[in-house]
Amino acid sequence: MALTETEVVQGIGSDYAIKYGFHVAEDYFFKSGRGLSHELVDAISSHKSEPGWMRKFRHKSLDYFLARPLPTWGGNVAEIDFENIYYYIRPTEKQANSWEDLPADIKDTWDKLGIPEAEKKYLAGVGAQYESEVVYHKLQENLEKQGVLFLDMDSGLREHEDLVKQYFGKVIPQNDNKFAALNSSVWSGGSFIYVPPGVKVEMPLQAYFRINAENMGQFERTLIIVDEGAYVHYVEGCTAPIYTTDSLHSAVVEIIVKKGARCRYTTIQNWSTNVYNLVTKRAVAHEEATMEWVDGNLGSKLTMKYPAIWLLGKGAHGEVLSIAFAGKGQHQDAGGKAVHVAPYTSSVITSKSISKDGGRAGYRGLLEVAKGAHGARSKVVCDALLLDEDSRSDTYPYIRIDESDVDIGHEATVSKIGEEQLFYLMSRGLTETEASAMVVSGFVEPITKELPLEYAVEMNRLIQLQMEGSVG
Amino acid sequence: MALLELDDLHVALEDGTEIVKGVDLAVDTNEVHAVMGPNGSGKSTLAYALMGHPGYKITHGQILFDGEDVTEMQADERAQRGLFLAFQYPQAIPGVTVASFLRSAINAIRKARAGGEDDPIPVPEFRKGLMSAMDDLKVPRELAQRYINDGFSGGEKKRVEILQMAMLQPRVAVLDETDSGLDIDALKIVARGVQRSVGPEMGALVITHYQRILNYITPDHVHVFVGGRIVEEGGPELAHRLEAEGYEAFAPVGVGGES
Repeated sequence: MALTETEVVQGIGSDYAIKYGFHVAEDYFFKSGRGLSHELVDAISSHKSEPGWMRKFRHKSLDYFLARPLPTWGGNVAEIDFENIYYYIRPTEKQANSWEDLPADIKDTWDKLGIPEAEKKYLAGVGAQYESEVVYHKLQENLEKQGVLFLDMDSGLREHEDLVKQYFGKVIPQNDNKFAALNSSVWSGGSFIYVPPGVKVEMPLQAYFRINAENMGQFERTLIIVDEGAYVHYVEGCTAPIYTTDSLHSAVVEIIVKKGARCRYTTIQNWSTNVYNLVTKRAVAHEEATMEWVDGNLGSKLTMKYPAIWLLGKGAHGEVLSIAFAGKGQHQDAGGKAVHVAPYTSSVITSKSISKDGGRAGYRGLLEVAKGAHGARSKVVCDALLLDEDSRSDTYPYIRIDESDVDIGHEATVSKIGEEQLFYLMSRGLTETEASAMVVSGFVEPITKELPLEYAVEMNRLIQLQMEGSVG
Repeated sequence: MALLELDDLHVALEDGTEIVKGVDLAVDTNEVHAVMGPNGSGKSTLAYALMGHPGYKITHGQILFDGEDVTEMQADERAQRGLFLAFQYPQAIPGVTVASFLRSAINAIRKARAGGEDDPIPVPEFRKGLMSAMDDLKVPRELAQRYINDGFSGGEKKRVEILQMAMLQPRVAVLDETDSGLDIDALKIVARGVQRSVGPEMGALVITHYQRILNYITPDHVHVFVGGRIVEEGGPELAHRLEAEGYEAFAPVGVGGES
């Protein structure tokens, strides 16, 4: 591994500023005013020429959002100034399926983030969202021929309205929670994926979410349907410029994994530390299906996200692998949920959190076994690593079991990087920063080893960035 | 001037208790020095202080390495200059394989020697060197992909310490009770590994309680260390005298017991 010494700016490696934290001039097709209203919802719906039912769904969701109180648990969301946010920015008039067709600034952004390069090397399809819209989208032809649909959500609604109408807002109801209601009212972009029965998409599909404007609110909406016996691995990444004022990212992701199918959803969340990241992710797994969430949270000011799996069919299996890294000024309230409602279902939740420089990282999880889900098995392991005395780790493992024939395990550990470990590594020539980064990389290895090589390398690099200049 | 020189070295714990009470020692390449002492004499404290453990304070005297005063340097800077410590109790780093650990350590040292520029060892060269060093030390190859010291037996840990020494190619290696916990076959292998490295490029300081490792690594100089001081010095015959007479003969009043 290559490690470099750099200074830290506000809890982010200064590399962040160069690699991700840049912003480019705004030359947009449409930018809404600040704030949220029914007029705004109409404007969004009109821009997208949506069917009436979606427009109604949006208005009703806004009512729910306005009516619901802010959550008082998790992190501090009371400081979000909802009236100061731009809820909809349409950067270009049309989506491109060639990078060359994008405006120079936007194309340049994707080049800097390495997306076209990654597409060539190891991706089966790419969606690139800039502000509110997916500005670039492409799927390999052979997958198109097999009937795989990989579109942005707006195109999905336009081109496959029946399918969307059948599933949209069904896994996560519009009034599920305040931020799901917000997303449901102003959603834009995100991915729509359908994998036909038996089709295995061998290489990952990737979506990349980029915020550029200050005080931006990004509300992508993703719906993934994996039909019987099919397989797909979806990867999402995200970054934003560093601003002194807040931005908001609030996504909703709904996944349906049908009988015998498997879906893996990998997130490498690397927002700048002025972004509130409040996301609702939920999957349902039918008979003998497998759902896996691999959730890496490195950036953002506050993240509240607990990928959930409802095990609806007999023998369904769910896994959540979660890494949360909280540096200075960051609060990662991450975790996972598994709800067993069918017999012989199994789940594994593995959470690794790291806190440093006064950061706060926590595990918040729910394990529920309904009556009748006999033979259910679940294992929850959450490990926390504290890098200094100022940092904080919390564990909130909610467990509700209404069935007696179950096998449930729960383990939690909190550890600190030991002086002896550091000394041992430093006695081999590693600097203190390199030594700490190595201990942290080792700590999260059970999760990074599950990532495709390119993402494991990226994850380790990001962890090293987080570690730099922060120790001692 | 010798490569490593200790000049009237005094070492205290953080609470101020003085453990090492004035040690003079000079170790050069091509030499094997044995520091022999009973439990509680301060041997390990001396080893830790040499390597720069932050929990041990050098209260007086200095450590010179290749003529440079390294007394105030951190462990990594000392390692980058060519000092190595084989630990009595090596630390486990879960999730980090022996191979990736070694490669990172080699690259950290190469980077320091290249003036801070990355100068990574080519992977084929690293792999070849690792395999050959593992074979020499009879370390099973599968160990390269296991997490370092995590669940290793006592003997595996000690062998991997010497494997690290062979790979990092220090100029002075300090071996802290490397013989403890080894059966006779493992001891022979480890001792041979050390003996192979000693030469124009490396000298060794073998810290031990017992004479038996010295049956396989012949010391040029033996220093008897009791109560935080070197109380007697001589050639290899001194080790045999110790074995016959015990430390009692050398012990100042009130020190040298078990602790």
